[in-house]
Amino acid sequence: MPRVSFVSVTKNFGKHVALDGVSFDVSDGQYLCILGPTGSGKTTLLKLLAGLLKPDEGTIYFDGKPVNNVTAQDRNAVYVPQQYALFPHLTVLQNVAFGPLAKGKPASVALAAASTALDLVRLSWRAQALPNELSGGMQQRVALARGLASGAGLLLLDEPLGALDARLRLDLRHKLRDLVKQSGFTAIHVTHDQDEAMSVGDEIMILRNGKLQDYGPQRRVYRRPASIFVANMIGGASFLEGIVDTTVGETALINLRGGLTIQAPSKTLTLTDPVILALRKERVRISRDRLEMDNVFKGEIRSVRFLGNSKEYLIRISNGDIIASRQFAESEDGAFNVGEEVLVGFLESDALVFEYPAEGLRKELDVA
Amino acid sequence: MPELDLVGVSKSYGNIQALTDISLHVENKEYVCILGPSGCGKSTLIRCIAGINKPDSGKILIDGESVEQIPIEDRRIGYVFQDIALFPHMSARDNVSYGLAVRHAESTEITTVTNEMLDLINMRDRSKAYPRELSGGAQQKLAVARAIATGSHLFLLDEPLGALDAIVRAELRYELRKLASDLGLTVIHVTHDQEEALSIADSVVVMKSGRIVEVGRPSEVYASPRNLFTANFVGETNLLEGKVLETDGSKCTVDIKGHTIRVSGFGEVGQRVILSIRPEFVSLTTPTVVGWKGLIKQVTFLGNLNRYVVEVEGGIDIIAEVSTAEYSTGFRVGESVMLSFEDVHMLLFDYPGEGLEKEISLE
Repeated sequence: MPRVSFVSVTKNFGKHVALDGVSFDVSDGQYLCILGPTGSGKTTLLKLLAGLLKPDEGTIYFDGKPVNNVTAQDRNAVYVPQQYALFPHLTVLQNVAFGPLAKGKPASVALAAASTALDLVRLSWRAQALPNELSGGMQQRVALARGLASGAGLLLLDEPLGALDARLRLDLRHKLRDLVKQSGFTAIHVTHDQDEAMSVGDEIMILRNGKLQDYGPQRRVYRRPASIFVANMIGGASFLEGIVDTTVGETALINLRGGLTIQAPSKTLTLTDPVILALRKERVRISRDRLEMDNVFKGEIRSVRFLGNSKEYLIRISNGDIIASRQFAESEDGAFNVGEEVLVGFLESDALVFEYPAEGLRKELDVA
Repeated sequence: MPELDLVGVSKSYGNIQALTDISLHVENKEYVCILGPSGCGKSTLIRCIAGINKPDSGKILIDGESVEQIPIEDRRIGYVFQDIALFPHMSARDNVSYGLAVRHAESTEITTVTNEMLDLINMRDRSKAYPRELSGGAQQKLAVARAIATGSHLFLLDEPLGALDAIVRAELRYELRKLASDLGLTVIHVTHDQEEALSIADSVVVMKSGRIVEVGRPSEVYASPRNLFTANFVGETNLLEGKVLETDGSKCTVDIKGHTIRVSGFGEVGQRVILSIRPEFVSLTTPTVVGWKGLIKQVTFLGNLNRYVVEVEGGIDIIAEVSTAEYSTGFRVGESVMLSFEDVHMLLFDYPGEGLEKEISLE
């Protein structure tokens, strides 16, 4: 429920800069997902919001009021840690009622809030169980119910589905979103899983080494990522190195190595800029005989990766560069085989062009 | 060289039956992924193969010889698990050479093999680094290299990528697979991640509650599972409850809450069935006279896909996923659409005896 702002917030741990001048706003009732590699500052950001850590520089606002000096108990926020941290000797109901009780609410009010929260996560039938009698998925839902029952308006979820199996995570992420939305919370959800980040939030933020890389609605971040790193984190792509040859109006001709040339949007490019082209895999077409697109190359299928709902093909074009193509709902006879000669193509408008990164491409793609 | 055979392996812990009558054949140089939810027994199984746990009954044979008969030091089994267990006080190089040193290999052999291993995982230039100076992915590669250096040909990998970030995990699985192919290893890789299993395995073993539910090639377990649990577990699917209205040889007409659909499969008139349709095979078009009509209830942009929840008359929610490569703008919430399904992509299952929820339960 609260509106939250970060203004130039920095947090250091000794010499290590965990968050570096981060600014953003989250509006009332919004569900924000924060994505970043391990060590990018995601948990630090949540703890700063929860009041468990204090910024070294900058200001955090709740509904326009600075809260740097407001204690965790007095903030309208609840932190749901990655480890569920349920009290092992208390029942599910008692665990969930703990927050409001600790805040001095009468028992009847606390228990009513706990029951409602358990209803929402569909665990009322396990209210009298102890945590160790529940599966991991159920414990996760109890931890979430505890957050919901706390009465706080801002939910801070740290890898809420991280401890669960992939398949269960898939089911629960949609339920989690519905639950948070129905209850009118403002939520900030941290994850390292890009599919989860794409499907759960209204907006997405990408952190790297304590710095904000990109922030916006999923569609915008996916279609026009702010950097190569963001393109790689969200959705992934094939990255090709090139040099701008000429620009003709809206179109730039970019030379790849090995004498190949592609058409890309010219935007702000200057001549002889070294650039990186990013191609979304699903936007790359392959065909045995004909492709009418702005950019078409001959290539050879190097590998096929079966991903269930889709197949990913890696195609080597004549200059040795590898382009990936992802095909959904492909028919059996449409399938391509390793070693096959194919045409690979994409539209000019689908070539995302970035300045060549100062520290090299490899470093820019490093997510570890 | 190693072939592996499990024959009727069972194992219980007190009252809990962890494995029930597991039989499995693994070919030499095969890459097998064991896939199942938490608690399905997959780690117990791998621990039994490694000889860490002793089965209550049944046999485990490596190249036809019972594991129990082979002294531990001669089993030549490489074992890598989720928690990366490198020696923190040893450099990358020393970690890799440790197994060889323990076996009193000649020092020239140790150097040669260790260099080969470091080259194999592209970490020769990091050979002096200590584990804490390396990323999680690099540490796990090192753990694999250390296991390979001992000369094992049978590898047991228990969630080897589980502790890593999603994006690192997705890259590393292909590296792991390539390594296994290049060296001709036989690998049993345990995972709960469907995509991981589908993308790298020669063969996928689906487990549930201590039993093997199904074994097949990745495309088989995904596209034509013989079992309802598999259909739901290996990728998302729409499961629609219905009743057989008519049947003629190889096809049935099924009633689903007032909608009828023709589908390949056998069934008796009046029989309760479950129809499975994967979201990527649900086609959405602007409405015409015939077909299933629905209303778009929810749209989620997933980057390469749009995920729609479509409410069909009769109160059925159907999930459809449409590739964003189609260059269309897609549908909006509240829009009317027509749904269609191709026969070849629908699967018909008997209604499970213990109910649908129990059958597909992941917990």
